[in-house]
Amino acid sequence: MIIVDKSKQNPSEIQPSEITSKAVFDNRRQFIKVAASSGLIAGAALMSLKAKAAKIVGGVTSGDARLVGPGNAPSQPFKALKKGEIYNPRQKLKGVKKTAYGEDLKIDTYKNITTYNNYYEFGTSKSDPAVQARTFQPQPWTISIEGEVKKTKTIGIEDLMKLAPLEERIYRMRCVEAWSMVIPWVGIPLASIIKWAEPTGNAKYVEFVTANDRESMPGVTTPLLDWPYTEGLRMDEAMNPLALIAVGLYGELLPNQNGAPARLVVPWKYGFKGGKSIVKIRFVEKQTQTTWMKSGPSEYGYYANVNPKVSHPRWTQSSERPIGGGLFGGRIKTKMFNGYESEVGHLYAGMDLENNF
Amino acid sequence: MKKPNITAVKAVIWLLASIPIARLFWLGFNNDLGANPIEFVEHSTGLWALIFLLLSLTMTPTRLLTGQVWHIQVRRLIGLWMFFYATLHVVTYVWLDFNFLFDVMIDDVLEHPRILVGFAAFLLTIPLAATSNQYMMKKLKSKWKALHKTVYLVAILAVVHFLLLVKKDLTEPLYYTAVLLILFGIRIYYKHKKKPVMNTAQ
Repeated sequence: MIIVDKSKQNPSEIQPSEITSKAVFDNRRQFIKVAASSGLIAGAALMSLKAKAAKIVGGVTSGDARLVGPGNAPSQPFKALKKGEIYNPRQKLKGVKKTAYGEDLKIDTYKNITTYNNYYEFGTSKSDPAVQARTFQPQPWTISIEGEVKKTKTIGIEDLMKLAPLEERIYRMRCVEAWSMVIPWVGIPLASIIKWAEPTGNAKYVEFVTANDRESMPGVTTPLLDWPYTEGLRMDEAMNPLALIAVGLYGELLPNQNGAPARLVVPWKYGFKGGKSIVKIRFVEKQTQTTWMKSGPSEYGYYANVNPKVSHPRWTQSSERPIGGGLFGGRIKTKMFNGYESEVGHLYAGMDLENNF
Repeated sequence: MKKPNITAVKAVIWLLASIPIARLFWLGFNNDLGANPIEFVEHSTGLWALIFLLLSLTMTPTRLLTGQVWHIQVRRLIGLWMFFYATLHVVTYVWLDFNFLFDVMIDDVLEHPRILVGFAAFLLTIPLAATSNQYMMKKLKSKWKALHKTVYLVAILAVVHFLLLVKKDLTEPLYYTAVLLILFGIRIYYKHKKKPVMNTAQ
């Protein structure tokens, strides 16, 4: 059930009541069909509660958290895998809310987004992941929450998807290799996960540790990078509304090569910041070394903000090639913070971005 | 070994050497160059330039190893195919990649050692291609040989250019580096080998 916000208003201004009523309206037939056997009428009623809770999740008291916590949501946003079944991302996610993010952008094709990937665990060529990740199983999946938190805990991917309403966000993705794409992600704000995780006052940074499975990831058997691939954000960056944990693409589940079942998306930073197939979210007091920092300290910094003024020894960063432009598509100028300056510029006020690259 | 028909050998080289460019046109017309077609063409033409460069450098080592000399006659043809693909590589960069935005391009060349090295390699091939005819050979006499020794430098720059391109996985460029080192090794070995030994071997 996709809830389209036709009014083009800011996503935060959508009334929860509006979402619910439209959802119920659009899917009434479907609900009635299944209601008799599974008692989902009650679930439909709960939807409104969930939406309301998600709306106020910013304020979060433990009482609200109870409402949005795992187990309370009415229905699964996706069909769980049966035993022995192979993961197929080509299924529509339920309950995806359209947002105003990037609605004016020209989206790249599904084919380009899913066949041109940097995911070194599945090979170093761009075409490798689509082939090599076929046998990877992103379900069932749990993510553990560790470090400076009230209580260490784990969460299943199906429950993670219920921490906040699923949103479609069309974001630009700027790779450090000077190409870019426009991708329609489906996900939940990272902030909603952080609030649920209940970090302590000592938590100043968040670390994302990703899958490192020797059985299904041929790349990790070579010491190309310091596996597992690890990324990190400063707490205020992670709490920024733009930061997303993506669980879907094009309204469907995330394909393996794009980081199934859950990956980080921080569109104002170079693409490599977006750790894929996250297994652990760790809150820490001190800034940690990310995988690419260890690999090339002079080339890759912790912040890795898209910045046309800070050059990279291999690729020009002042311009980029948009994927999907064909042979004669040429280049466009790269924008500061990948065009998201008004949303994130304040995070770096007074910082020397030349040194903190 | 009987000396093969050089004209036939050259015809085969022409045929084989035009396959990569024909393939690019075929893929291009069928819209099958992948998500990043410019990069595809850039990498493909660059790789074939390097392959022809290395092939041209195998002529002397194979003479040293086999004692055969007839194949030296196709070296110029192979060298010119190298220049053809190298030119396409640069044209792709200047036109398709940077769309003649010379200010951006100059920054790119100066700021990135990879581009600088590649560009230097290409510039050095221009006099080689220009003097590859009989007329220039006769005119330059002994200088011709000295001039064409810069091909060794071009080869070194070309593999360095490739090595610098790769973000992390150096496997592919290292294969080509290994081939170049082997070719250099054979030359050096024979150069330092004592003359009498060489004579008895023949």
